[in-house]
Amino acid sequence: MIEAITTFTAQHGPLLAIAVPLIASPLAILMVNRVAAFIVTWLSAVTSFGLAAQMVTITADGTVLSYAIGGWAPPIGIEYRVDAANALVVLIVSMMATVLLPYMRTSIEQEVAERQHTLFYACFLLCFTGLMGVAVTGDAFNVFVFLEISSLSTYALVAMGAAKDKRALSAAYDYLVLGTLGATFFVIGLGMIYMVTGTLNLADLGRRLAEVDAENRTVRTAYGFIVVGLGLKIAMYPMHRWLPGAYTFAPTTISAFLASTATKVAIYVLARFVFSVFQIDYPFERDTLQFVVLPLALLAMFTASFVAVFQQNVKRLLAYSSLGQIGYMLLGLTLLTATGLTATFTHLFAHALTKGALFLAVGAIIYRTGGPMMHNLAGQARLMPWTSAAIVVGGLSLIGIPGTVGFVSKWVLIQAAFEADLWPIAAAIVASSLIAVVYVWRLVEVLYLQPAREGAAKREAPLTMLIPIWVLVVAIVWTGFDADGLVSVARTAGESLLDGGFVADGARIIGVPGR
Amino acid sequence: MNPWDILQTASAGDLILLSMLLPLAATLGNLVFRSMPNLRDGLTFIFTIAIFAVVTVIAMRFASGESFALDLIVFQPGLTIAFQVEPLGAVFALVASSLWILTHIYGIGYMRGNNETKHARFFACFAFAIFATMGIAFAANLLTLFIFYELLTVSTYPLVAHKENDAARRGGRTYLGILMGTSIVFLLTGIIWTYAATGTLDFVEGGFLAGKVSDNLLPFILALFAFGIGKAALMPFHRWLPAAMVAPTPVSALLHAVAVVKAGVFSMLKVGVYVFGIDTLSSTGASVWLTWVAAFSILAASIVALRQDNLKKMLAYSTVGQLSYITLAMAMANSTAALGGGLHIVTHAVGKITLFMCAGAIYVATHKTEISDMRGLGRAMPITFIAFGIGSLSIIGLPPLVGSWSKWMLLVGAAQTDQLILMGVLMLSSLLSVAYLLPVFARGFFTPEAQALHGGSWRERISEAPLFCWLPPAITAIGCFVLFFYTGEIVAFLTPIVGGANG
Repeated sequence: MIEAITTFTAQHGPLLAIAVPLIASPLAILMVNRVAAFIVTWLSAVTSFGLAAQMVTITADGTVLSYAIGGWAPPIGIEYRVDAANALVVLIVSMMATVLLPYMRTSIEQEVAERQHTLFYACFLLCFTGLMGVAVTGDAFNVFVFLEISSLSTYALVAMGAAKDKRALSAAYDYLVLGTLGATFFVIGLGMIYMVTGTLNLADLGRRLAEVDAENRTVRTAYGFIVVGLGLKIAMYPMHRWLPGAYTFAPTTISAFLASTATKVAIYVLARFVFSVFQIDYPFERDTLQFVVLPLALLAMFTASFVAVFQQNVKRLLAYSSLGQIGYMLLGLTLLTATGLTATFTHLFAHALTKGALFLAVGAIIYRTGGPMMHNLAGQARLMPWTSAAIVVGGLSLIGIPGTVGFVSKWVLIQAAFEADLWPIAAAIVASSLIAVVYVWRLVEVLYLQPAREGAAKREAPLTMLIPIWVLVVAIVWTGFDADGLVSVARTAGESLLDGGFVADGARIIGVPGR
Repeated sequence: MNPWDILQTASAGDLILLSMLLPLAATLGNLVFRSMPNLRDGLTFIFTIAIFAVVTVIAMRFASGESFALDLIVFQPGLTIAFQVEPLGAVFALVASSLWILTHIYGIGYMRGNNETKHARFFACFAFAIFATMGIAFAANLLTLFIFYELLTVSTYPLVAHKENDAARRGGRTYLGILMGTSIVFLLTGIIWTYAATGTLDFVEGGFLAGKVSDNLLPFILALFAFGIGKAALMPFHRWLPAAMVAPTPVSALLHAVAVVKAGVFSMLKVGVYVFGIDTLSSTGASVWLTWVAAFSILAASIVALRQDNLKKMLAYSTVGQLSYITLAMAMANSTAALGGGLHIVTHAVGKITLFMCAGAIYVATHKTEISDMRGLGRAMPITFIAFGIGSLSIIGLPPLVGSWSKWMLLVGAAQTDQLILMGVLMLSSLLSVAYLLPVFARGFFTPEAQALHGGSWRERISEAPLFCWLPPAITAIGCFVLFFYTGEIVAFLTPIVGGANG
């Protein structure tokens, strides 16, 4: 029985991981009450998570999976193409959704109007479907479609924070305008490469673009449009304007989910276009990455972290910290080496756990004290010891202290810089993590060394919140020591991007046979 | 079968694991039994003894030729968290675990006698710091060393900021800022650079950097390590140590005279001996610059110590100078000096912990922190002050106290390489330590008491601190004397670390 199920899921995993949450989304609205809606939502996230885990194990040895939708053989039909890189991203997204949802059920009681709860779950599932779809699909236009599914639902989710703070509306509007700009740029770029090559299948695009003259100006322009479009979605410095507002005013679980998945998925898409579609021996691409994106990444590491130091709103502090961390991920990518990409993918995972845990823990404090400001955190170590301890562990991981997963990714990143003989970059990485020490320690001092409000009673967060937080904290510490598997998978992902394994023939065909 | 026999027959890996799991268990015990002070402190006391027993068995079985190694977890492909016992580490673990027993007794007396708060957190962090110390002592590669090094920093921060007032917050910031800053910026960079250049981080007798990195780069990498190991308090990164004196005295005694600072110089010696290799250092001259920095650090710290009126601050600066002895020993790159450095870890630990525990006992009994206020106090607290005097003489390096041996070996080491100026520095610093340490003792006994404001002399108003506070320093003071006769054994035990080196 179980064997039959696993054979079936191994055959149809890429499709099912998208289809299940997509179908669950309207179901959530139709459910009789909030509890039923939650159960449907959570079960679909768990299913996707299981499917993602299976895909990670299958692709860990470098296998590439090819799934033809409806049996129409690629490149004519739409193909879902999974290698170690997108399997890891799918795993991150579905893992975070699975862990977050039980927490969400409690936290939206305060943050979202009750009649909107089922809609909230439906929106969340759409956003989740979109992110999963972006990661799984092997078709460029499909990437755009799924990107828009996730973005449009995210605008709605952010705006639902308005029940607590009206500024969520203007934050959502900012995000809408800039996000749409990004999507437009991206689709213009796609149109151009379609004109040059006549295909939209990612692997096929890679093969055909390799034959196009490197001086072709249409391809160059297309490349520019795609990088800028994705840059807006990634919140690449200085196209980050939408991010702090959106993270600050969205309901906290949404901040946590976006911070740990949305930008990560966009970074994956950028990596896919850079390494599989345009490929790294394209001189224009090398120059752009090294002379434009790399300095911007360094700039983000310093300026965004520096701005984080002075924030009074803790959610905004974490948002700026995210901008800095995105700099690390882009930095690994621009080194154009296998170790650099390993660092990027390790950090995608590390930062998802870390920022997820931090946002959730801060959300628990908001749940008990009503606000995300520094004075709300004062002295909470005595009132909410477990939540405060989680913030400390998450903070240490953000700095990159050994024993946390943040240390693993920082180690690989610095190693990549040394292997590329770029010691000034290694120096910049360690120097910028000092800024993280400052803003993390501000939190620690406020939590532990300031007196609590007069007469406040000890009141730990409810278990439905505490358990998800501590699941992430345990994962942070566990992978901080036992990171062999994580780094191996990340390295396979990086190598698969670099050596063109995704583009090459020889993918394992799964699903229904082509017609 | 009694527990001792079980330890004798336990496998090597289990023993190493046990030496780290026991302090962790003590940490948990303190947190679980937070509201039952007697049970909590008693239980921890049993743990301190058990850990000492385990470490003793490890050292004895190691001395009889058994090899101890344990690969715990694969951290990343090619990198493992692994442990291995070697002479230096065994000695360091022995020093830390034996002195922990006394410090724990002392800590109970101090925390209760002084009405400090949050005992459970205090003793839990203390035990966790010992866990990190054991990890450092038995680390088999730079990665493991670094992991536990940072854990030690993080776990001692709550101890430094224990009082939770403004002074504690400021001290904590300096402490964390310097220790974490130097380790992230310099040490981690140095380690990853080493890894990128050599593809390994395992400690090897005779070092593994030679030939893998161009000789011109060696001094630079050495600088990353020397300044990156901030716990060794090499100037200009020494400010955290005086700042850490805001902590309760048991912390200053065990952690900031023994475990934390010794973890620093221990790492320094390990890097010199097992990463660079003494032969490589002496043949390339990569460490010559470090001898001068260390010499400067010794003299400057001693001079600053002269100017301190706060007893604990004075002791802290004295520690800064004494730590640089060990850095100097490594940088001189000859085997006598390196052995002297290893021995100095022991001798300075025993001497300095005595001084700190006496300072704490004085504080508990009189609430006095300034040296100038302690005139005539010795006649009221004779045991404390005599112990202080013995500890001082040992630090200064006078026979028949143990401190004289390590100084002697350092001097011989300097003489062997014809470093007459360094010999002069060592002598001068001994003189300076006479000048800053002995006045405390002398004032205690030989100067008349200041005109008492509240009537009566010390003797009528003040008596010795509680038993738990004066007994431990008395024991370590006797230890300074007894160990004088056993240094030969310690040196013989340490000798393998310089196995293939010259001289």
